[in-house]
Amino acid sequence: MSDAHAELTAEATWAGGGSPFAVGHKKLGMWLFIVSDALTFGALIMAYCYVRNANDWPTPFDFYPAIIFSTVMTLVLLSSSLTMVFGVAAAAKGDRAAAKKWTLVTALCGVIFIVLHAYEWNHLIHEGLRPFSSPYGTPLFGATFFTLTGLHMTHVAIGVVYLVVIAFGFGAGKYDAEDVEVSGLYWHFVDLVWMFVFPMVYLLSTKVG
Amino acid sequence: MSEHAESHTGLFMKVWFGLLALTMIEVFLAYIQLGKVAMITLLMGLSLVKAAMIMAYFMHLKFDKPGLSWILCVPLVGCLLIMVGYFFPDSYRILEFGN
Repeated sequence: MSDAHAELTAEATWAGGGSPFAVGHKKLGMWLFIVSDALTFGALIMAYCYVRNANDWPTPFDFYPAIIFSTVMTLVLLSSSLTMVFGVAAAAKGDRAAAKKWTLVTALCGVIFIVLHAYEWNHLIHEGLRPFSSPYGTPLFGATFFTLTGLHMTHVAIGVVYLVVIAFGFGAGKYDAEDVEVSGLYWHFVDLVWMFVFPMVYLLSTKVG
Repeated sequence: MSEHAESHTGLFMKVWFGLLALTMIEVFLAYIQLGKVAMITLLMGLSLVKAAMIMAYFMHLKFDKPGLSWILCVPLVGCLLIMVGYFFPDSYRILEFGN
């Protein structure tokens, strides 16, 4: 993986024993996982678009409080991506204490997201929304809502555990900066998915007035 | 990589503000209740821009080798297009014929 070889011919780059994409195996592995997970969410979102287009679809989310609430959730997740980026930068500089702090703040934002989301779920369940029935209209609304947001929330929860392990491990000197960067990639992916789930599930089902 | 990382803090803040601004625009669009096609087009477009910003800056793709972006994004987009292209039009059949 030496930079001296970077300027050689294409044949040399692909001749084996090198690193054509100039990333370590952990980072490349996480990226490949992210692509596969993106396709999983892509398939679910596509299925949601399919059933939504084929059926009468309710728009039960009042702008206030439902959309405002989910917008706050979005802002929490976006901010967690920023803190994660600070953590990765601190790790690259070798500042273990700062990296641990920023990574734990990121995990905390994830916990806040989950708490807010659980509160929202509780409200909707209280109104009668279930995975297989909905008080607003087609039962598919409940099915797609809980599947999409549930799978995403699961990813956030796994991410929180992952980040806490990395934060303490890196702080203790067990892991290196690349491990923090790889966990950052996973966390940004979780945020990225929400960038699509939020408009398609919430904003397209807004009720104003 | 240390000077490289230090100089990017301002950039990260700018990207973050940009993401917040785009999110506010999306929420505003939901508030003004545009037509279905307009909403979907604008929301998808804005979300793609946000995704590109996160991938390029936060996930560092812009500063990595271009080959990495190509090998990840092209198959991903290809598979998504195939998925949508083959299945989504079928939903119109169900919409029209109920079956």
